[in-house]
This record gives sequence, C-alpha cells and structure tokens, in this order.
Amino acid sequence: MSEDIKEKEPLFSAKNIKLIKNPINLSNPITVQVLGICSALAVTAKLMPAIVMSISVIVVMAASNVAISFLRNGIPPRIRIIVQLVVIATMVILVDQILKAFLYDVSKQLSVFVGLIITNCIIMGRLEAFAMSNKPWPSFLDGIGNGLGYGLILVIIAFLRELLGSGTIFDFHVIPQSFYDFGYQNNGLMILPPMALITVGVIIWVQRYYTRDLIEKN
Amino acid sequence: MQEIFNIFIKSIFIDNMVFAYFLGMCSYLAVSKTVKTSVGLGLAVVFVLGITVPVDYILNEYVLKEGALSWLDASFADVDLSFLSFILFIAIIASMVQLVEMIVEKFTPALYASLGIFLPLIAVNCAILGGSLFMQERDYQSLAQATSFGLGSGVGWFLAIVGIAAIREKIRYSNVPPALRGLGITFIITGLMGIAFMSFLGIKL
Repeated sequence: MSEDIKEKEPLFSAKNIKLIKNPINLSNPITVQVLGICSALAVTAKLMPAIVMSISVIVVMAASNVAISFLRNGIPPRIRIIVQLVVIATMVILVDQILKAFLYDVSKQLSVFVGLIITNCIIMGRLEAFAMSNKPWPSFLDGIGNGLGYGLILVIIAFLRELLGSGTIFDFHVIPQSFYDFGYQNNGLMILPPMALITVGVIIWVQRYYTRDLIEKN
Repeated sequence: MQEIFNIFIKSIFIDNMVFAYFLGMCSYLAVSKTVKTSVGLGLAVVFVLGITVPVDYILNEYVLKEGALSWLDASFADVDLSFLSFILFIAIIASMVQLVEMIVEKFTPALYASLGIFLPLIAVNCAILGGSLFMQERDYQSLAQATSFGLGSGVGWFLAIVGIAAIREKIRYSNVPPALRGLGITFIITGLMGIAFMSFLGIKL
C-alpha cells in the first residue's frame, strides 16, 4: 500500500483484480496447484469448522504475504525458508490464541490443524512464488485471492459432507422428517475421512470437465 | 513393553497419517509418480519422524508443558509456555532436518544421493509437524512411547506412498475419463485405499 503504487496504477487495476479472481477457478490452490490439501480435508466433516479454518488461512496468508513482501529485500536467500517459517508461525500463534479465546469449541474441533497451517503448502508456496518478488499490495491481494480459492473448495466439500452425512447445515436439520419416514437415511460414510478425498476427486472431475484447459496429459 | 508395541501398530494402521488425518498429502500427491522415488521419500520421512518426535517430546516435557520448568526452580512451577510450541517445534524440525542432511551426507553418501532433494523438502511436510503436535495432544507417558509413535507414523506414511505409487504406475495403462486423469483419479484411489485401511479400525489394542 505504499504511495508509489497508487500513483502508477489504481488500487484495483485489471491486473490486481486478476490476482483475486484467478485463484478461485483457473489456478485454484487445491484443485489445480495441489497445495494445502492436508488441512483442507481433515476439517471438512462439518461446515462450521471449515469456515473458521478458511478464515484463519485467509488471515494468515494475507498477513504473512504482506510481511514477507515488506522484508523481501532484506532476507538472505540461503535462510529464507526459516525466515518464512518464523513469520508464518507467529501469525498462526496469533490466530490460534484468538480462536482459543473467542471460539473455544471450534478450536477444540480443529485440534492440531490450526497449528498445521504453518506447514500448509499454500502459504509457503505463495510466499516463495509471489510475495518474495512483488510489492506488498499485490501480495496482499494474492494472499486474499488464494485464501478465497482454498476456502471455496473447503466450503463446498464441507457443505456436501455435512448435508449428506448428517442431514444438517450449521447443525440445523434441513432434511425434513418426512424424508426419514419414507426410509431416507443419512449416509454415514460421508462423515468418514476417506470420503473427503473422493469428494475432492469429484470436484476436480467437474471442474476439469468445464475447464478443458486444465486436463492433464497422461 | 506391550504398550509401546501397541502404539507402534496403531500409528501404522489405525491412525495412519495419510488415510486418517490427511497429513503430508502435498508431497504424497506430488512425488508418488514412480515407486523408486516414493520409496526414497518414504524412508526419509520415517527417519525424520523417528528423530523429531522424541526430540520434541523432550522439549515439551521439560520446557513447554505447564509446570515443566519446575526442574529449574520451584518458582517456575506454574509457568505454561505451551503457546510457544508451534514456533519451537517447527524450529526444531527445520534444524533437525538440516542436521540429518549433513550427517547423512557425511557418513553415507549413497543414501544421501538416493534421498536427494527430498530431505530439505521434508521440513515443510505437514506429517512431520503433525507428528509432533499429535504427540503433544495425546500426551504420551514416556520417551519410548513417543519414539514408537514417531516411527510408526513414519512407517504408515511410507506404506501409503509406496502403495499409491505402485497403483499409479499401473493405472497409466488404463482408460481413465480425460477430466479425471492425473490428480482426480489419484484422489479417488486414495479415498478407496483409505476405506480399505478403515477395516483395521476393528482391531482392539
């Protein structure tokens, strides 16, 4: 957000808008760049933890992207990984303490996965690929954009798993009782870990079906 | 003794890092194209987990836990430093990986050559940090238990990556729908393997 950027180009120029829009579909961190799968899957059995997790990741990513971008000229290349890890770890500790203070139940459900944001490859990957060579404002947008792309997939998976697995959304029953009277049953398999992987597989399938450029050559 | 063995078996099959907790998925997906490289990475993970989990256990037991500093002085009895655990664990892991890399390079150049670039990559593998955090959360009673948990998780991860690599080598010859090729089918296969591993849940240990 330094002054010279404002003079050269408007805050939301076409290029900057792209930084936010691209990661949502064309270069989605989870389904295209294959980053940050670890934490994505483990927290998606219910919608609420998934949303809290996405917000945490967006915050950590935007903040550490900006911090690294400010520091980028002062970091010796040989020890940059350690510097990045320390910056990320600091942000994650802040987020973890805030969650413990205000959203204790969700923080218990997320258990170790808040800590694992540190080694979430999205954050390291974006720091390496973007923040190390760009100014703070674009880095901030890049962080937000990738965070949103990550969050979007998380929310889709969590929505499907909670709806089909427990018949609830945000713990409210949305499937009417009459369905159950006709013999409808919750699909208990959806809550189990392996189904998260299969759901991601199906999401990738749908996305690539509509975005043909992304199809891999075998 | 039996308890230690139980933890070992449990962390390999029942609480498998990949199938039950999705840890280390990034390198699991990226490096599982051939069996040979995945064996290298798997061994490196076993190695590093077997070292970092016990070291972090000692750190947790004598520095971080509530009242852990009381061996220093009785007045530290109610100091709780556990909020520092993320940053200290990751620092330990990064430095351990560096150390292991140097030792392996010095004493067994052949192993070093075969592990190649995988060793430094391991510092940011979530399975490693996850191992330490689970160790802290589950509150293991002794150093031996923590070590067997670390080794077991590593072996479980090794099994998973070698398994998927073998399947991916074969699946190259089959006719997968174009949009599912590569990443998509890998996810689905991993899911199916996960369901298979769930059958171990019935084992009572």
